[in-house]
Amino acid sequence: MTKALVIYAHPAHQRSRANRMMLDSIKGISDVTVHDLYQTYPDFFIDVEAEQALLLEHDLIVIQHPVYWYNMPALLREWQDLVLEYGFAYGRDQQKLKGKGLWIVMTAGAPEHTYATEGVNERPLSDYFLQYERMANVCALKAFPNFEIYHSRHMTDDVLERAVATYRQNLLSYLEECRHG
Amino acid sequence: MAEAGFLAQAFIFLAAAVIAVPIAARLGLGSVLGYLCAGAVIGPFALGLIGQDIDEVMHFAEFGVVMMLFLVGLELDPSKLWRMRMPIIGMGGLQVVLTSAAIAGIAAIYLDNWQHAVVVGMVLSLSSTAIVLQTLNEKGLMRNDSGQSAFAVLLFQDIAVIPMLAILPLLAVSEVGTFSDKHNLPGWQSALMVLGVVIGIVLVGRWLSRSAFRIIAQTRLREMFTATALFLVVGIALLMEHIGLSPALGTFVAGVVLANSEYRHELEAEVEPFKGLLLALFFISVGASIDFGLFMAEPLPVLAMVGGLVLVKLVILLILGKLFGLSSRSNAIFTFSLAQGGEFAFVLFSFASAQDVLPAYIIEPLTLVVALSMALTPLLFVINEKLVLPRLGGQQQARPHDAIDHAEGKAILVGFGRFGQIVGRLLRMNGFEITVLEHDAQQVDLVRSFGHKVFYGDAARIDLLDAAGIADATLLVLAIDDHERMLQTIEQVKRHHPSVKILARAAGRREAAELIHAGADHIERETFDSALSMGRQALTIMGFRAYQAQRAAKLFKHHDEKSLYALSEVLEDDRKYITMAKQHAVDLEKVLRSDDQANTELDDRGWDAQ
Repeated sequence: MTKALVIYAHPAHQRSRANRMMLDSIKGISDVTVHDLYQTYPDFFIDVEAEQALLLEHDLIVIQHPVYWYNMPALLREWQDLVLEYGFAYGRDQQKLKGKGLWIVMTAGAPEHTYATEGVNERPLSDYFLQYERMANVCALKAFPNFEIYHSRHMTDDVLERAVATYRQNLLSYLEECRHG
Repeated sequence: MAEAGFLAQAFIFLAAAVIAVPIAARLGLGSVLGYLCAGAVIGPFALGLIGQDIDEVMHFAEFGVVMMLFLVGLELDPSKLWRMRMPIIGMGGLQVVLTSAAIAGIAAIYLDNWQHAVVVGMVLSLSSTAIVLQTLNEKGLMRNDSGQSAFAVLLFQDIAVIPMLAILPLLAVSEVGTFSDKHNLPGWQSALMVLGVVIGIVLVGRWLSRSAFRIIAQTRLREMFTATALFLVVGIALLMEHIGLSPALGTFVAGVVLANSEYRHELEAEVEPFKGLLLALFFISVGASIDFGLFMAEPLPVLAMVGGLVLVKLVILLILGKLFGLSSRSNAIFTFSLAQGGEFAFVLFSFASAQDVLPAYIIEPLTLVVALSMALTPLLFVINEKLVLPRLGGQQQARPHDAIDHAEGKAILVGFGRFGQIVGRLLRMNGFEITVLEHDAQQVDLVRSFGHKVFYGDAARIDLLDAAGIADATLLVLAIDDHERMLQTIEQVKRHHPSVKILARAAGRREAAELIHAGADHIERETFDSALSMGRQALTIMGFRAYQAQRAAKLFKHHDEKSLYALSEVLEDDRKYITMAKQHAVDLEKVLRSDDQANTELDDRGWDAQ
């Protein structure tokens, strides 16, 4: 059975708009597990064994979070340090996640045009997340193209709805791709 | 002694001590020298305030030595001994044997018979535990190689006193004062008796003392414990004396047997002041009996003997330090610290004199020599620091690194009920050494049966905390529920040991403020965190996200503690309860109001709504 794991990290989910809609859209798909980090570990005490077992059970790893300060939320960063450890995620002949799919989903508050050489953020968003490329490489994961939603607070409802639909569609098709190798 | 005479004499002794000891301490000479000087001043060779009955006083004061050995025994926790077995037996053993042999060899040249020479060698091989430990402690050298080696040697010497006391009578040249003069038993029988008595003490100590102490403890009368501790020491001493053995040996064995007992610190605290006073008396009487006339008459031979003694000791210690791999700096400190005669020499001399082992014409000059060599100790330290160490180079101070070693950094935990247990278990699980004091004898038994090392004792007493080692502790945790007791303890500990951090358990808000005011470094209200935790669960069930509830609880705690600390400062101005209560109400209101503000603030801060 091919399954997807959505690792979700949002410190203020209760106030989110885009992320909440996205998660709602994939609710109930039997092959998709949503794992809410801030809900599971509010004290930042991460159960490393349980996390690693969860990763091993799934074939497509989705990492989903809002962008704050050109970065991922603190708890996800902590998760990365502890769970993707040497001897499990990387190391000679020890890449236990080898061959699994990796899909990065990010939401940013600012509009897309600001993430450009001439925009206020000066670089494309992917530049700030070069580390995900490295992560896929070091752990021998098969990376799918990043999915980014911009202007997440202020975009109109119908634009957002269309973005969410694409998100759902992509998830299902990547899952299918993983299924057939 | 008539009562007036006794009081007058006590007054002279006390006055001399009260004047001389602080002066000696000021000059960095240590209390033992202070007492000796005090004795010398009031003795027949100076002011002549005390005269004929000095022998009587000395005999009485020797009981202080008996108590000292009981306390030395109490300190000898078997596991500590085992850990240090190599330096104790190796360095200590060799030091005593080699120094005894060397001095005996030299003495044999001057003395008529070899027995006297051997006795002199043994007696002079000992160093001064009291002076050396005090000095090394003051200089912060105890944790270094040099300090630990010196401690090992001193420990061996302290233990070696016991067999020496047993051997001395065998070396008597004259007929009187043989080993067992009361019973005149043949050698093997008296040996059997020694064995029997020691086994008896061990058995009684193991099986009977615990229940006896528990019954005493349950009376909750402090003076009963004092009486019991004295009863124990005096009883054993009398028993030993009756069968013709050394009382010091008996109490030492009793001390070792009780070293593992939960009542150890309590016993230490009870016996300590008596020991201190009696030892002081002993040193004063030794000082008074020093024959300065002798020194005046023949200063050169006396000085030569002092120089010879120190030199022999220096050479042997230096070789031992090399042999056991001390660095040259550590070795210098080790060597110079131990190169004097010790207080046990006075004990052994007076014992030898009583048993007619040594004649007075040998004892008198040698007592003078030992006292002078002790007086030289501070001077030797100065020579080492100013002349020797600078030549050795290397780092200025071989300071142990700062990282917390697990065996180091000692914590004392007071109260081992539901609250204290959690703190104690957490510390112990993470490898920290803790000493636990608990005042409920039944609780002590219960917890002990689960394998925890807990001592019986009422911790509001500074002397008990001293016995538990507060002087070199990092942390004191007060987890008892007697608020007034804790306040007293905090004030006392902060006064005597300001560097010790204190954590205290508070019943409620007001108690917490008082504890902070008294000087606690950190307080925990016993129900606050669990209530907060429950509030956090409540928020989650009411629909908050887990992390949101966590933040809300943290924020609440932050505000509440801030106002609590503010409240504790108000205490300083006015301790009246009514003002306090008013302040309380105002403060609570402030907390509630700021909570409202905080909520809206938090909602708008950070983490925009993506």
